[in-house]
Amino acid sequence: MLLQRFLIRLLTMAITLFGVAVVVFVVIRVAPGDPIAMMLPPGASDADIARLRALYGLDKTIVQQFFIWLGGVVRGDFGTSISLRQDVLGLVFNRLPATLELATVALLMAVAIGGSAAILGARERGTAVEAGIDIASGTALSIPDFLWGLVLILLFGVLIPVFDISGRVSPQLDLPFVTQFYLVESMLRLRFDLTWDLLKHMLMPAVALALPLAAIIAQLLKQSLKEVLDLDYVVLARVKGFSETQVILREALKNAALPTLTLVGVQFTFLIGGTVIVERLFSYEGLGNMAIDAVINRDLPLIQGIVLVFALLFVLINLAVDMMYALLNPRLRHG
Amino acid sequence: MSAACLDIRSLSAVLPNGQRVLRSVSLSVQPGEVRALVGESGAGKTMIGKAVLGVLPPSVRIAEGDMLLEGEDLGQLQPKARRTLIGARTALIPQDPLTALNPSRRIGPQMTDRLVRILGWSDERADNRIRQLLDEVQIRDPERVLKSYPHELSGGMRQRVLIAAAFAAEPRLIVADEPTTALDVTVQKQILRLIAQLQRDHGTAILFVTHDLGVVAKISQRVSVLYAGKVVEEAETAALFAAPQHPYTRALMAATPRYTDPLASLRPVDDAVLAGLAAEIAAADQAWRRPHG
Repeated sequence: MLLQRFLIRLLTMAITLFGVAVVVFVVIRVAPGDPIAMMLPPGASDADIARLRALYGLDKTIVQQFFIWLGGVVRGDFGTSISLRQDVLGLVFNRLPATLELATVALLMAVAIGGSAAILGARERGTAVEAGIDIASGTALSIPDFLWGLVLILLFGVLIPVFDISGRVSPQLDLPFVTQFYLVESMLRLRFDLTWDLLKHMLMPAVALALPLAAIIAQLLKQSLKEVLDLDYVVLARVKGFSETQVILREALKNAALPTLTLVGVQFTFLIGGTVIVERLFSYEGLGNMAIDAVINRDLPLIQGIVLVFALLFVLINLAVDMMYALLNPRLRHG
Repeated sequence: MSAACLDIRSLSAVLPNGQRVLRSVSLSVQPGEVRALVGESGAGKTMIGKAVLGVLPPSVRIAEGDMLLEGEDLGQLQPKARRTLIGARTALIPQDPLTALNPSRRIGPQMTDRLVRILGWSDERADNRIRQLLDEVQIRDPERVLKSYPHELSGGMRQRVLIAAAFAAEPRLIVADEPTTALDVTVQKQILRLIAQLQRDHGTAILFVTHDLGVVAKISQRVSVLYAGKVVEEAETAALFAAPQHPYTRALMAATPRYTDPLASLRPVDDAVLAGLAAEIAAADQAWRRPHG
């Protein structure tokens, strides 16, 4: 039964990814812009253009191209980047850890900020504190992540320069890392000087990405908490002698978190989408930044590879959310 | 006379619009006594229980009056001290067992958390105590019940669990808020018998809130009849049933179905009684308003 559900889930994931692959493959070929024209100097002969086109397989029909590419993907070969002339999979895996670290730090920040605001607001419901939280989260939510990025650059990069506004790590540092997970590895190697430098670079883009999500969490979780706090078992906990904070943390939070969790899953995928522009803004060397370069250069194999990896990420996040939901809700566990 | 377990003196509670929902209620519960609080829906009987336990809805404000729990004035205590006192000396048997247990926590920790975290018992002592109480409420497989989530138990089982949890800390006072209303008729009787049994064994005072005069007759020694937040009659239970004094009490009794002749004796409270009550309430409110602006 469980195995059957798992297999169905895997199959849906595969179909989703296939759909994404088809759409991306077709759209970037139908959209204007020619990678070959970008590679050759102006005034190249028609024969040269045709030769290069044949070299990259672009003279075949879209359907033929797709299945050649798909055949490669199944074998783990995503092709060669046209602009960088390197293996696509290697390029993507080289940049993915930077984006994962940034997105994870942003998510943790959003949960910490939004969660605390929600708990505080629910505890102080009906007071000026709650009103303040509503105003703050309304503001945070109505400004998109890239605009927060600009605001932060102005504030803490230019006016009060405390954080680094560009790159992932200070270029003069010697990096002993063997993986691309710099943040994780710096902590494992106990090189906290490097951790600090990485965080100084990561903090502002992470905050820019986190603020809108934190606002959503604050608003939704606070609302759910307030509803749960009127329920009988919460009243019973108060009679038992528990304080309002204890009541919120012990009785209400887990049940109130369920609707928020579903939304955070969806919003986290938006956050990862947001890394594309925010990484660009802060010249952070992640996958999103590379995606913009790939689009500018009409680097078809690289765009396809990046989008497919993003899609895989989204599908896995959804899976993780479903699993956490079942874990938090005992009524679903035996279903 | 020894100190009352609970002494409510002239308690008035108001809504934000100034309307009184409790009208100078006075009543006392002696140690070990079952005091019934009877009235129709909206009469404020649950409100009194909530006021005692400190869990009134935020919109209801206590305007006047004192509540003494074993001689300690709850209104004079700091919030934390009041909470701890209420947690240690009182318990609540709630109305609806289906919503009174946290759906995402196992039964065991929900029963022991007060003993361990508020009263400072060891886990082992709390666990033993809970098992003893589960036995008293005739739950035969405590192992399974303690490990269950609420949705895995029937309504009757859940109410047994809640009764066991209420008696576990040996509270001096239990507020039972219509504890049988949400249950099937067949289960109602068992649960009522169980509460009466545990009450006798433990000598706990109970403020028993109900709309059912049949329940009042079975379980209580004294009874207060409530209408629109006002105590209209107060008497020994036997005396009340033998000779109800207030017209409303008489009307309530006439409105209670009897098994022998269910339809013939069933009469709604008649208009003359209601008009008399309305006049009584209006006079009380006017008298109250004079010093309270």
